[in-house]
Amino acid sequence: MSYIPSDLLFTSSHEWVRDEGDDTVTIGITDHAQELLGDLVFIELPEVGDTIEAGGEAGVVESVKAASDIFSPVSGEVIEINEDLVDSPELVNEQAYDNGWIYKIKLNDPSEIDGLLNPEAYTEVVEADEH
Amino acid sequence: MLIFEQSSKGRVAHAQSPATKASLDDLPADMLRETPPLMPEVSEMQAVRHYTRLSQKNFSIDTHFYPLGSCTMKYNPRACNSLSMLPGLVDRHPYAPDSHSQGFLSCMHDLQEILKEVTGMKAVSLSPMAGAQGEFAGVAMIKAYHESRGDMARNEIIVPDAAHGTNPASAVMCGYKIQEIPTRDDGDIDVDALKEVLGPQTAGIMLTNPSTVGVFERRIQEIAALVHEAGGLLYYDGANLNAILGKVRPGDMGFDVIHMNLHKTFSTPHGGGGPGAGPVGVSERLEPFLPIPMIDYDGTNYRFITADDRPQSIGRLSAFAGNAGILLRAYIYARLLGRQGMTRVAEYSTLNANYMLKKMKAAGFEAAYPDRRATHEFIITLRKEAKDLGVNAMDFAKRLLDYGVHAPTTYFPLLVPECFLIEPTETESIDALDNFVEAMIKIREEAETGADRVKGAPYTLPVRRLDDVKAARELDIAWKPAE
Amino acid sequence: MPFIPHTEEEVRQMLDAIGANSIEDLFDEIPADLRSFSLDKIPEGLPEMEVAHLMHERARKDSNVHCFIGAGAYDHHIPSAVWEIATRGEFYSAYTPYQAEASQGTLQLLYEYQSMMSALMDMDVSNASLYDGASALGEAILMAIRAHRKSKSKKILVPKSLHPAYRQAANAIVKNQDIELIEIPFESATGKTSLAALSEYAGTDITALVIGQPNFFGVLEDVDGLTRWAEENNTMTIAVVNPLAMSVLKPPGQWGDNGADIACGEGQPLGIPLSSGGPYFGFMCATQKIVRQMPGRIIGRTVDLDGKPGFSLTLQAREQHIRRSKATSNICTNQGLMVTAATIHMSLLGAEGLARAAAGSHDKHRKLVSGLSAIEGVEVKFDSPVFNEAVISLPVDNATVLEALAADNVLAGFDLKKDYPELGNALLVCATEKHSAASIDLFIEKLGALLAS
Repeated sequence: MSYIPSDLLFTSSHEWVRDEGDDTVTIGITDHAQELLGDLVFIELPEVGDTIEAGGEAGVVESVKAASDIFSPVSGEVIEINEDLVDSPELVNEQAYDNGWIYKIKLNDPSEIDGLLNPEAYTEVVEADEH
Repeated sequence: MLIFEQSSKGRVAHAQSPATKASLDDLPADMLRETPPLMPEVSEMQAVRHYTRLSQKNFSIDTHFYPLGSCTMKYNPRACNSLSMLPGLVDRHPYAPDSHSQGFLSCMHDLQEILKEVTGMKAVSLSPMAGAQGEFAGVAMIKAYHESRGDMARNEIIVPDAAHGTNPASAVMCGYKIQEIPTRDDGDIDVDALKEVLGPQTAGIMLTNPSTVGVFERRIQEIAALVHEAGGLLYYDGANLNAILGKVRPGDMGFDVIHMNLHKTFSTPHGGGGPGAGPVGVSERLEPFLPIPMIDYDGTNYRFITADDRPQSIGRLSAFAGNAGILLRAYIYARLLGRQGMTRVAEYSTLNANYMLKKMKAAGFEAAYPDRRATHEFIITLRKEAKDLGVNAMDFAKRLLDYGVHAPTTYFPLLVPECFLIEPTETESIDALDNFVEAMIKIREEAETGADRVKGAPYTLPVRRLDDVKAARELDIAWKPAE
Repeated sequence: MPFIPHTEEEVRQMLDAIGANSIEDLFDEIPADLRSFSLDKIPEGLPEMEVAHLMHERARKDSNVHCFIGAGAYDHHIPSAVWEIATRGEFYSAYTPYQAEASQGTLQLLYEYQSMMSALMDMDVSNASLYDGASALGEAILMAIRAHRKSKSKKILVPKSLHPAYRQAANAIVKNQDIELIEIPFESATGKTSLAALSEYAGTDITALVIGQPNFFGVLEDVDGLTRWAEENNTMTIAVVNPLAMSVLKPPGQWGDNGADIACGEGQPLGIPLSSGGPYFGFMCATQKIVRQMPGRIIGRTVDLDGKPGFSLTLQAREQHIRRSKATSNICTNQGLMVTAATIHMSLLGAEGLARAAAGSHDKHRKLVSGLSAIEGVEVKFDSPVFNEAVISLPVDNATVLEALAADNVLAGFDLKKDYPELGNALLVCATEKHSAASIDLFIEKLGALLAS
């Protein structure tokens, strides 16, 4: 069973969201997602200033044999991206919830995060996946 | 060692011509190249030896059993190569006038006729340069057809989940959305699921039959009727045409448009990844949209059919007339085989696959579709071996190389776990098939005494397993001299 | 049975193992009503010797011409070693190198090819080939649209001086994706793409500008000026070039201030016979920055478990077998065997040999054009430097001239009237280093005699 931190929110498509408390959130992919993909070789990042809809494509994570879209959990404007991933995509494998964060968004609608999965609900998603 | 690393400054090969460099003094200096490109400087023998030795690092049909599923790795008759390279054919300019091209054009016309007959289609264009381009042409014709009728709302192409990746990729290049439908446990597509997704938005469906899971789609007539009833058209991916050549025809099954992979079914060379040739055949209603050029015969002369003759054509897909030299090879192959020889292709490739499947099952390997006939290929799943012995399909594949057999297609189709898609083809003897099964049994025995031996394979090839992660992370795709 | 090794006894043995009575039984899952049809129009099979007779007879019909047509396909000398080695069974009958360990020959060769093409174009990276020059342009346009994320217009400027068939094929390939190809006229005096016409688009959102070098007329474009225009207008550049010419002309990587973004074209002049227009191969090079938007196979150098250098397919996540509907292209099988030949060809020639072939062709072309233009009424159409081919105008109907000379087995050039009626009775003529002086003289003499009569 992969690691699921208790202080984050999640999507069923395996993104995590950290509420930074100032109407901005940090977004990445979960430990479970990086395990499924294997060694990542490239992360296609959004660009700062992009506006993204919830459920829209924010980027792509690629391993040698697979590629998966990053679906934005929330709507808003991209305010920061993790430039370190350009040269070190392995950060997502090694520290999915810390240095492997992918982008930060200024929320259009702060209430949107209420619709995300809590750790318990996401645990069920992962368990169903691993079954 | 790379060819670049064998260079000596100033060394030249004798075979080149001319022996001196003519003046370019009529060209302005600012348009000329100042420093020559960094190319090898080697003798003729060095180049010949280097590439001969490189060739020896390859597995190929001429050297090894190569049961790569969905690729039809059968013997490529040498006559097809030598006769396609005769003077007159090999040096014919693509824009030579029809008056000086009757030999070439007659071959192309005859090939069109043969392909029409063997697939049951109304008309054929030879011009697509590979299967994927044939797919593109086919879907583009479906689109042109609907648009010509003012039927603009059809924006969806249906594709089974087990389809080749080229199918959805080709449909997207034509501006379509993809609607996936599932495959049932018995290998046929789920007709109920199909009914649910059919509608006024359906432009067509892309199918492979026999399907990518190696079985014949038994309800094909019902599927064709359903799709046609909804106003959609049926596209036939000819990747597996070898299985049914001369036994059943896509046109009779109800398909409106098909592509053929001549480098599979008609035994033209695979060449380390092409060139292919992907002629398309169509039913009557799609004929006006076929890609140009095609060949016409009025009983006396052969000539190119151009855009002037076919104003509704989807256009041209290549600068000239497609992979003409490959089409010549396919034509020569077709003449060597003839009518009966073509039917035998399906018969003996099916015999070989069913024999191998039976032997594999008898040896305790698990068939993915145990209750179905194999077509020209079949799938086994190594999930049991992966779970019990800790060696997966990739490990078996790599170890097979040590046994002198090219691995089957692995991990395709994606919906069967730990799978091998095995296609022996008709040109392999019973001994080659038996050898493969024995090698699989031996590898399993090795794994039973410890997974490491198999997981570390191959051992006898020029290299061991390669670091694909490093290849992608530290991209080195063009040589540069050391600083 | 052609190419089927089975003896009757083996067939029996195999059917027994399967538990079937006949081979026919193996087709019992196919609905019976689909099984009756005739194949009468397919001839009976022939022995190899008879097929050889047939093919020799047909080949003879198309033989022994003096051909002065270029127009995108050029008859250059190919050293014997090229196809001797390329058609070795180990290259000829292998497939896409999915099992890298069993395909190091093909993989290393493709890596060397990518290196040579990158050097020839002076670009960072190359893929392992596309189908041909025209379809490569189509793919390059799609690539530019993916790569230029800031541009939303999907408008591509395409010079009218580019090969008509390339423009047609590119259009057929991209037209279903809401892409607009805008034709840019050429200057009637010089045959060059008109910078003045381009200025109409300055400051607007244009995704890419296509630049041919040489263009279809053989004319050398002002590649630096065109590239700078694109650089100033945030437009990507797609170079469409003759690769052999790049051994002597300024390569795309050096155009303008920063070089072209994508270079593509027809690889045929690098060791591939004319063969009625194919199989050839399309090449594509690009800057490192946009390598992930490239279509087609790419080979990378890496190491094996023991740290030994080796080669494998890389960046596969761009491709259809992984990305399916979101792939950079639907291409999978490309033109491997042609690239094999081209790599051997480039190794044998080296930079010096390529430059000699290019200059030698140009030299023969100059002799041809100077002879032709000395004929009364025949004129060189454009007042511009050209490479290897040129447009000449005739004082009489060009179709009549082509037909009359063809009767003497002289194929006198490409008729431009259909694609460029504004040029009048114009022919595009070409000679290469392979043309003998006698052959060139024959053309000049026949045309002179015809026009004098």
